[in-house]
Amino acid sequence: MEGLTLSDAEQKYYSDLFSYCDIESTKKVAANGRVLELFRAAQLPNDVVLQIMELCGATRLGYFGRSQFYIALKLVAVAQSGFPLRVESINSVKDLPLPRFVASKNEQESRHAASYSSDSENQGSYSGVIPPPPGRGQVKKGSVSHDTVQPRTATDQQEPASPVVSPQQSPPTSPHTWRKHSRHPSGGNSERPLAGPGPFWSPFGEAQSGSAAADAVWSGHSPPPPPPQETWVSFADTPPTSTLLTMHPASVQDQTTVRTVASATTANEIRRQSSSYDDPWKITDEQRQYYVNQFKTIQPDLNGFIPGSAAKEFFTKSKLPILELSHIWELSDFDKDGALTLDEFCAAFHLVVARKNGYDLPEKLPESLMPKLIDLEDSADVGDQPGEVGYSGSPAEAPPSKSPSMPSLNQTWPELNQSSEQWETFSERSSSSQTLTQFDSNIAPADPDTAIVHPVPIRMTPSKIHMQEMELKRTGSDHTNPTSPLLVKPSDLSEESKINSSVKFASGNTVADGYSSSDSFTSDPEQIGNNVTHQRSHSGTSPDNTAPPPPPPRPQPSHSRSSSLDMNRTFAVTTGQQQAGVVAHPPAVPPRPQPSQAPGPVVHRPVDADGLITHTSTSPQQIPEQPNFADFSQFEVFAASNVNEEQDDEAEKHPEVLPVEKASDSASSLRVAKTDSKIEEKTAASVPANVSKGTTPLAPPPKPVRRRLKSEDELKPDVDEHTQKTGVLAAVLASQPSIPRSVGKDKKAIQASIRRNKETNTVLARLNSELQQQLKDVLEERISLEVQLEQLRPFSHL
Amino acid sequence: MAVCVAVIAKENYPLYIRSSPTENELKFHYMVHTSLDVVDEKISAMGKALVDQRELYLGLLYPTEDHKVYGYVTNSKVKFVMVVDSSNTALRDNEIRSMFRKLHSSYTDVMCNPFYNPGDRIQSRAFDSMVTSMMVQVC
Repeated sequence: MEGLTLSDAEQKYYSDLFSYCDIESTKKVAANGRVLELFRAAQLPNDVVLQIMELCGATRLGYFGRSQFYIALKLVAVAQSGFPLRVESINSVKDLPLPRFVASKNEQESRHAASYSSDSENQGSYSGVIPPPPGRGQVKKGSVSHDTVQPRTATDQQEPASPVVSPQQSPPTSPHTWRKHSRHPSGGNSERPLAGPGPFWSPFGEAQSGSAAADAVWSGHSPPPPPPQETWVSFADTPPTSTLLTMHPASVQDQTTVRTVASATTANEIRRQSSSYDDPWKITDEQRQYYVNQFKTIQPDLNGFIPGSAAKEFFTKSKLPILELSHIWELSDFDKDGALTLDEFCAAFHLVVARKNGYDLPEKLPESLMPKLIDLEDSADVGDQPGEVGYSGSPAEAPPSKSPSMPSLNQTWPELNQSSEQWETFSERSSSSQTLTQFDSNIAPADPDTAIVHPVPIRMTPSKIHMQEMELKRTGSDHTNPTSPLLVKPSDLSEESKINSSVKFASGNTVADGYSSSDSFTSDPEQIGNNVTHQRSHSGTSPDNTAPPPPPPRPQPSHSRSSSLDMNRTFAVTTGQQQAGVVAHPPAVPPRPQPSQAPGPVVHRPVDADGLITHTSTSPQQIPEQPNFADFSQFEVFAASNVNEEQDDEAEKHPEVLPVEKASDSASSLRVAKTDSKIEEKTAASVPANVSKGTTPLAPPPKPVRRRLKSEDELKPDVDEHTQKTGVLAAVLASQPSIPRSVGKDKKAIQASIRRNKETNTVLARLNSELQQQLKDVLEERISLEVQLEQLRPFSHL
Repeated sequence: MAVCVAVIAKENYPLYIRSSPTENELKFHYMVHTSLDVVDEKISAMGKALVDQRELYLGLLYPTEDHKVYGYVTNSKVKFVMVVDSSNTALRDNEIRSMFRKLHSSYTDVMCNPFYNPGDRIQSRAFDSMVTSMMVQVC
C-alpha cells in the first residue's frame, strides 16, 4: 500500500485531530473512544466507519496509532467525498477536502480547518509520527480506555478541538513512515480473518493492541457504533514492537503490525504505564476466556494437564522460534512437571501473544502470570491476538471464543503494565487463584526460577508421580505451605501418601497424623521440606530413597531433630518402619526378653524413658532418633490405647501414668513431652473407649503398633522395631507410672492397670533392648535417651 | 565456585560448557575432555551389578596444579564436570555435591521442556542463570 501523503493543511489538521483524540497525550496513540466519536461525528455510515478502521489498520492493531489515525482521517475524507474506500484511495484521490466532523467543537475545528485549508499541498512528512517505542514500556491500556471514557476535556493537547474541520486539501504524499504504516492496513486486512476474536475488540478496554487481534476484532465487530469506550481496545504502546521487528522472523504480518503498533503506541504505553497500575502482563477476561477455550481443545478437563508434546505442537503453530518457545515454556511451566495446567497454559499463551506483539519475554514470570494456587483468572494478557494470528492452524473456535469473552476486562492485578499491542492488558494474576491450578499445595508460584513459592514444590521428576501429586494436592485442598498437607493428613492420609511422591512422606504423614501435635505439624513441614528437597536431590543420588514401592521409612513428622542427622535417610527408614510396621524393613528383632529380664525391672521407669528413647532411636536403623522419638511415644500412647482390653487398662493407666510422667518429664526432651501430651490426650480419649477392645479413638497410630501391643507374638516378629518398641514402651510407660502413682488414683483401676503395665513393661523392655542394640551407633539418640532417662528416673521412683 | 562447568552427553559430546572468562577457555575445554576418561573409568569400575547403587557423585576426578576436576554422572550417562580452582580451599565436598545436585535438577528442568530436543545444546536461560550463580563471579 502506498504511503499516505498529506498536504500541509491536512497534516496540520490531522495532527490536531490526533491531538484531540490523544487524550492521554501520548502522542502516539489516539484514544479509541475519541477516535470513535470523531468518526461518528464524521456522519458516515457505521459500516463505512468500520471499513475505514479496518483499512487504516487500527482494527488490526487494536488501536489508533498516529499513522492509523491519519489514514483513517484521510479515508473519512475520501468517504465523505463520495469516493469508494480503498487503501489506494488514500493517496490517489487528489484534492480531497479535509474530513468533516460534525461535533460540538465544530467551531474550533472549523477555525482550524480554515487555517489548514490555507496551506498548500505538499508532501507533509510527519515527523516523528511514530517515535520508536521506548523499549518495552508498560502501558496501561486500561487507563487509556478509561481515559477515553472520562471527560473528554482531558485532552491537553495543543489544540483541543480540531477534528471538525472541513477537508480542504488533498493529502500530500505520504512520508516514509506512512508507507510503512500503510502496509498495515493491507496486512491488517489479511490478518483479519486470522485474528478471530472479534469480541475481543469490544471488550478490549485495556487490551494490548494486538495487531491481528485488533483487526479480527474489528472486522468481526459488526456493531458499528464504537463500543463503549471502556471496551475499546486501548492501544497500549508496544515498545516491544520495535524489538519485535528485529526479533520476529516468524510472522511478517505481526511484524508489520507490530511496527506500527509499537511506534504508535509507545507513547500510549508509557502513558499507560504511569497512569494506571495495570499490569502489562495481565490477562483480560476475554483473553483468558480465549485461552481457556484453547485449553479445552487440547484438554477438555480444565483441571487436567496438557502434556508437553501437545503443548509443543500447539505453541509451535505460533511460529515463534523454538528458542523463544522454549523460554516461554520455562517461564510458564511453573511446577516443572512437563505439563501445563490451565494456569500455566494461559500464562504461556499470554507470553506467546505478547511475544508476537513484540514484547520481549521476561526473564522471570511476571506475577500476574503466575499460576495461582487457587484461581487462574487473570493473567493471560499475553495478547491472544498475536497468538491467534500466529496460529494459523489454531482451532477455528479460538477466534469465536475470544469474541464473546472479550468484554470484561480483568483488571484485578494492577501491577504489570500491559504491553498493549493488541491485547487488552492481560491482568496478571499476581494472586489469582483459581482452583484450576494444581499448585494448590505444592507449587508456590512465587519465584518461577526456583519454582517454589508457597509450598515447597515437590518435584521429583517430571513423572506421573509428580503429576499425581499435583492433582492430589490440588484436589486435596489449598495447601499453601508444606504444613498444609499435614493438616490435611488425617483426612487425606491416603492421598497424602500418594501425593507425596516420596514415600517417605506418606509414611511420615500417617505417623504425623497420629501425633497431631503442633510439633508434628511444624516438624512435618520441615520433614516434608526435607523430604522434598531431599527427594529431589536424592532422586538421582539415592535411588532407594525415591523408589516408590517400599515406602522408605518416613521421617518422623513430629520431630525436630532432623537437623542433627541425615533425616532423609533416617526418615526414609523410620517412616517405612514406623508406618508399615508390618511391612517396614524390620530390623532383626530378637525375641523379646522376658519380663523378668533385667531390662524390664531396671527399666521400670527408665524403660519408659528408654523405651521412648530406644524406641525412637532404634526404630529404624537408618533413621535417627527424632522420628523415633515422636513415634515412639505416640506409639506408646496408641499402643496403650489400641491395646486390647488388657491394654485398655494400660491405656487408662497411661493417661494417669503418662500425665504424671509427663509432668515429671516436663524437663525431658520436648519430644517426650510432646508425645506425652499426645498420649495424654489420646489416652484420655481412649480411656472411655478402652473398654472396648482394640482401637481407641486416639489418632490413628500406625496400625502395626496396635497390633503389636495386642500380642507379644506380634511384637516379636515385628518387623517394625519401632512399633514394637512403642508397644513395649507404652506398656512400660503404662506400667511404670501407674505403679507408683496408683496411690493417687482409683486403686482398683490402678491395680488392673498395673498388671497391664507390667506386661507392657516387659514387652517394652524387650523392645528397648532391641532398639538399643540397633541404635548403638546413634550417639545423639543415646545421649538424648540418657538424658531422658535421667529425667524420668526420679519420677519413676516416686 | 566453579571455574568451569560442563554438561557432557552420553556420547561424550558437550551439551553445555561454560568457563569463567578469566582464562583461556580452551584449556578448560581440554581439561573437561580429558576428565571424561576418568569418568568412564569410574563408571566402569562400578560394575553392572552396582548400577542402581552407583553413586552419582563421582568426586574428585583428578587434580592438577591449579585446578581440581569433579565429576557427576546421571543414570542416563549424562555427565557433569566441574572445574574448581585449587586455591579455593574453602570449597568442601558437600558444597560440590550440592552444586551438582543443582545442576542435575536444572538439567532435568531443561529436559522437561518439550521444546528441547535431547542432544541439542542447552540454551535455556534458566539453566544459564543457575550456572552463573555457581560460577566464579568475575567482576
